[in-house]
Amino acid sequence: MNMEEMIDKYFRPGRLPHIWCPGCGNGIVTGCIVKAVAKLDLPKDNVAVVSGIGCSSRASGYLDFNTVHSAHGRALPVATGVKLADPNLNVIVVTGDGDATAIGGNHLIHAARRNIDMTVVLYNNNIYGMTGGQYSPLTPEHSKAATAPYGTIERSFDIAELVKAAGATFVARATTFHAPMLADLIAQGIEHKGFSLIEAVTACPISFGRQNKMGGPADMIKWQRDHALPLAAFEKLSEEQKAGKFPIGVLYKAEGVKEYTEAYDELIAAAQGGK
Amino acid sequence: MKKELRLSGTGGQGLILAGIILAEAALLDGKLAIQSQSYGPEARGGASKSEVIISDQAIHFPKVTNPGLLLAMSQEAAQKYSHDLTSSGILVTDSLFVKTLPAHTGKVYELPITHTAKEVLGKALFANIIALGAIVQLTGIVSEESIIKAVLNRVPKGTEEVNKKAIQLGMELVK
Amino acid sequence: MSKILLLQGNQAVVEGAIAAGVKFFGGYPITPSTEVAESLAEKLPKVGGKFIQMEDEIASMGAIIGASLTGKKVMTATSGPGFSLKQELIGYACMAEIPLVIVNVQRVGPSTGQPTSPSQGDIMQARWGTHGDHWLIALTPASVPECFDLTLRAYALSEKYRVPVILLMDEVIGHMREKIELPDNYDEIPQAERKLPTCPPEEFKAYATDESLVPAMPPFGSGYRWHVTGLVHDETGFPKGTPAATLAATNRQHDKLYNNLDDIVEVENYEMDDAEYAIVAFGGAARAAYEAVDMARAKGMKVGLVRPITIWPFAEKQMKALAGKVKHIMVHELNYGQYVLEVERAVAGKVPVTLFAKYDNEPASPAEVFAKMEEAFK
Repeated sequence: MNMEEMIDKYFRPGRLPHIWCPGCGNGIVTGCIVKAVAKLDLPKDNVAVVSGIGCSSRASGYLDFNTVHSAHGRALPVATGVKLADPNLNVIVVTGDGDATAIGGNHLIHAARRNIDMTVVLYNNNIYGMTGGQYSPLTPEHSKAATAPYGTIERSFDIAELVKAAGATFVARATTFHAPMLADLIAQGIEHKGFSLIEAVTACPISFGRQNKMGGPADMIKWQRDHALPLAAFEKLSEEQKAGKFPIGVLYKAEGVKEYTEAYDELIAAAQGGK
Repeated sequence: MKKELRLSGTGGQGLILAGIILAEAALLDGKLAIQSQSYGPEARGGASKSEVIISDQAIHFPKVTNPGLLLAMSQEAAQKYSHDLTSSGILVTDSLFVKTLPAHTGKVYELPITHTAKEVLGKALFANIIALGAIVQLTGIVSEESIIKAVLNRVPKGTEEVNKKAIQLGMELVK
Repeated sequence: MSKILLLQGNQAVVEGAIAAGVKFFGGYPITPSTEVAESLAEKLPKVGGKFIQMEDEIASMGAIIGASLTGKKVMTATSGPGFSLKQELIGYACMAEIPLVIVNVQRVGPSTGQPTSPSQGDIMQARWGTHGDHWLIALTPASVPECFDLTLRAYALSEKYRVPVILLMDEVIGHMREKIELPDNYDEIPQAERKLPTCPPEEFKAYATDESLVPAMPPFGSGYRWHVTGLVHDETGFPKGTPAATLAATNRQHDKLYNNLDDIVEVENYEMDDAEYAIVAFGGAARAAYEAVDMARAKGMKVGLVRPITIWPFAEKQMKALAGKVKHIMVHELNYGQYVLEVERAVAGKVPVTLFAKYDNEPASPAEVFAKMEEAFK
């Protein structure tokens, strides 16, 4: 399927063009979600996309699935309700760094802890874009933001390590420069039975890049190319060499952990057997 | 005829359950009943009360305002919950815990409820059922048949006989 | 066949939920509503339903919204502090028109307040707790049997009008145990049904309506792929923030309820036929009021009780009619004075309205209510 066919099949007619700024990476990430769904040939009726609030969360409205554009930070609880109430649905959560790790941070660790089967695509542009460039928990330390005119003094989360520690059973990362890899990782996440999170490093030239003198959209994508390393290569680096770099690919995968809705079905069987 | 009872003591003595059993016995007798309770934030310890109103007619207000009987199974409860007991009301205390009686001009029964539970049945946890036996014997508020049935409906399987004995022990305390 | 039981109000809500066909509960522990969650955790799996204890009150609202989208009847239960947290997504459920039922067993507030003491302090919060113009339904039971009945009614209304329904209980009713007669099995209880689209999926517009003004709501996975959003949207369901779209959405969300007040608003009259004076009370406060009316009648005072069962929408018509019938109205509520503001507005000075506010952790006794009536109505 070429891109045009993919757009015709998976994007809602009349909903494009999207609201994202020129040079924004969100379109690339959303395209990768669609490619993953196409690769797995999931029936559209069986896919639910749940998003929160923010730039990336607008993606749900463009996609021709069962879609929820929920409230700020609340995509995961809503997705948990959808999935637990109807485990036949493939649930994909579209969220941003502020949405998922600040206002929705508590939901993130608990959804991971439950290992409920859903695939979170976390669009990490390091900033609150829609509100005009305030710092998020994933804004790198010392970066400038509208609410950090002197540079943020807060350390940022390593989101992959966070959700891994919380109990996620599939954790991966890629960038919009590595789009084919990103699409493949999302597909792997969907196929994985359990809680999957794929961090998609995406550029926000307007609200993040400009404040931090990162150049134009192309420069920011080159930055991704130059700072991301496949996990195996990254691990071979010394601690000094690792500084400023980040690993991409499948970062963590746990097999054999009971998935939540499956565990729930067993609970129901036990409760009914014990009648 | 409306009858109001207040069962009070310390959280964990099983008085809420005792109130429920008494109300359920009243339903078995074909009467109407309401049970309500109040307790502090702690699940164990602290003064707690369980109130029961039994009547042939509709009961609207669920709280006891004119107790015909107050059961006090702790000193704190005896002081805290006896304020509205009039001379026509009966005060029943557990003599193991209530050493100083609150001012009361009506009938008082100081009964070795918990002592009997420990000495005869080997466990203090039967005190609430012994207390129910005593209350039924004193007031005739529900039938003996119904209180036995109501107790057996609520206690764990295998403890039926010892609970029946607890009711009898309670009745004998005031015979 | 039926069975006679002694149940708590909270337990009767659980029975009502099972009878109504609830298949999903998302909750968070909080006194004095915890019995609802505990009991549904045990009962729901037995009927193939799901219970989930979420990480917080907001998440439990989110979970039931998600579950409702799959076509399930859903519930959450809470009390004051949790009700405050749920307001964000109550607004979402109003905007996106998601059927769901929220049980709020009120306790003394604000903040942690007094967890085990009764209050009716959330009357205005139930109406205006979330931001923006919005409309919903709140029902208040005054007995254990009514907890069961109103739980069923909450689902009937929520599904029919696609609106959140708040079962606005208080600690008096939630925790007292009273006789209730329940059917042996719930199979014959009529189930509230959600309106489904009659058109094929390609013609479906998620928020298009007929004269009922209530859009059809196909469950996720049924072939109708629609978009749910908390943004102002037009009949397609997609965001549209024009003045015309905003006006149309707001008016429809109002009118779908307010065109049907006769169906939604329920008020009980007790000893009102020849009454010259009326006391207005609801929920736990009404229990003392019944007895106070009996005491007044025994003394020859022509007093009756008007008990709103539907708290929101406000019983506008009934209160206006009351102002034309009696000489004096007393409102008794377990707060500093909330519902009385609406009564005063409706009565508009036609007859005096006196407030007996009780807000000291204890419900007023019948004797206290009677004394206040004697004082007001002399």
